[in-house]
Amino acid sequence: MSDEKSGRVVVVTSGKGGVGKTTSTASLGAALAHLGQKVVVIDFDVGLRNLDLVLGAERRVVFDLINVINGVAKLPQALIKDKRLENLFLLPASQTRDKDALTEEGVAKVIAELRTKFDWIVCDSPAGIERGATLAMRHADSAIIVTNPEVSSVRDSDRIIGLLDSKTEKAERGECVDKHLLITRYHPWRAARGEMLSIDDVLDILSIPLIGIIPESEEVLRASNVGSPVTLNAPLSAPAKAYFDATKRLKGEQIAMHIPTESRGLFNKLFGRKAA
Amino acid sequence: MNLLSLFRRGSAPVARERLQILLAHERETRDQPDLLGVLREEILAVIARHVAFDPDKVQITMDRGSTVSTLAVDIEIPNRRRASGAASQQLSQLAFTAKTATARSQWTNGLV
Repeated sequence: MSDEKSGRVVVVTSGKGGVGKTTSTASLGAALAHLGQKVVVIDFDVGLRNLDLVLGAERRVVFDLINVINGVAKLPQALIKDKRLENLFLLPASQTRDKDALTEEGVAKVIAELRTKFDWIVCDSPAGIERGATLAMRHADSAIIVTNPEVSSVRDSDRIIGLLDSKTEKAERGECVDKHLLITRYHPWRAARGEMLSIDDVLDILSIPLIGIIPESEEVLRASNVGSPVTLNAPLSAPAKAYFDATKRLKGEQIAMHIPTESRGLFNKLFGRKAA
Repeated sequence: MNLLSLFRRGSAPVARERLQILLAHERETRDQPDLLGVLREEILAVIARHVAFDPDKVQITMDRGSTVSTLAVDIEIPNRRRASGAASQQLSQLAFTAKTATARSQWTNGLV
């Protein structure tokens, strides 16, 4: 942590819970670190932390974000270095229920300090639109809006886009947070049969640029079971490839978008129903 | 596309249409103050200038239709003819109060 950096702050948000914010934060963070970037992922879900678990660092948490804000611990003491990727760090959330400990000034100070030490600061937002969620997006330069092709998720994403355009520091300065849509849990065969909103449907409705499409996959579940991001645990799997492509787009690279398609045999195509 | 899908149409188009209608409305009203709350305050202030009523006995409902939306304001007003005399009488009369006034207005969909 010698040379001074000017890191970019990215919030991973969605409004709705259970759409894949934490999984995506871990996967994108690990992919960025794998590509040589120095990354810290921050869990803003005070009281219900899970990023530590998805990253396999749950038994190494000593201090957390609230401890740093309260001055109980210094920032370097609270950062947990990943055992597999030397560029990846985690700042865990507190398990205490005292959400008021997350202060605006405290978060601003922590983010400002992290900017000088990391290339990327990835903030994992809690669900909802309360304090934790608004503070997670407060200092963001960019936002990744995680959306499932499903009505309630799309509606909540639209609400979050509204907040990103009004409640962030950038918005208050008259600027605009870069917004990227990450569609997760996409079932190609369901979309093809008109049972699920298609990529075009979601893009038409939300009208923000697409950064990636993550297909529904057992590899994602397996990765969180073993506490390793899918981009690290199964880097050649379809979801990991999609996360790597999204990561490169986040870095500004031009990568052609790959829309997942059905890959089933003739019999299944004619009569089948793929078990999810 | 498979043989089954020839006999069954997906529900995604319905989802898409519902979302488009809902979000068009929510985006319009996103940064505005709570319309129903403001209307409630202002309507009640006007009525309170002329008649006495219990603010808890007021119901405001809105029904958004595809072409016309309805805003209904129901206010229970104590019966004035019987509301005279001692305080004890007034209390018993309030218990017997019937709904005597209903204001019902309609706006076009564009307004609400």
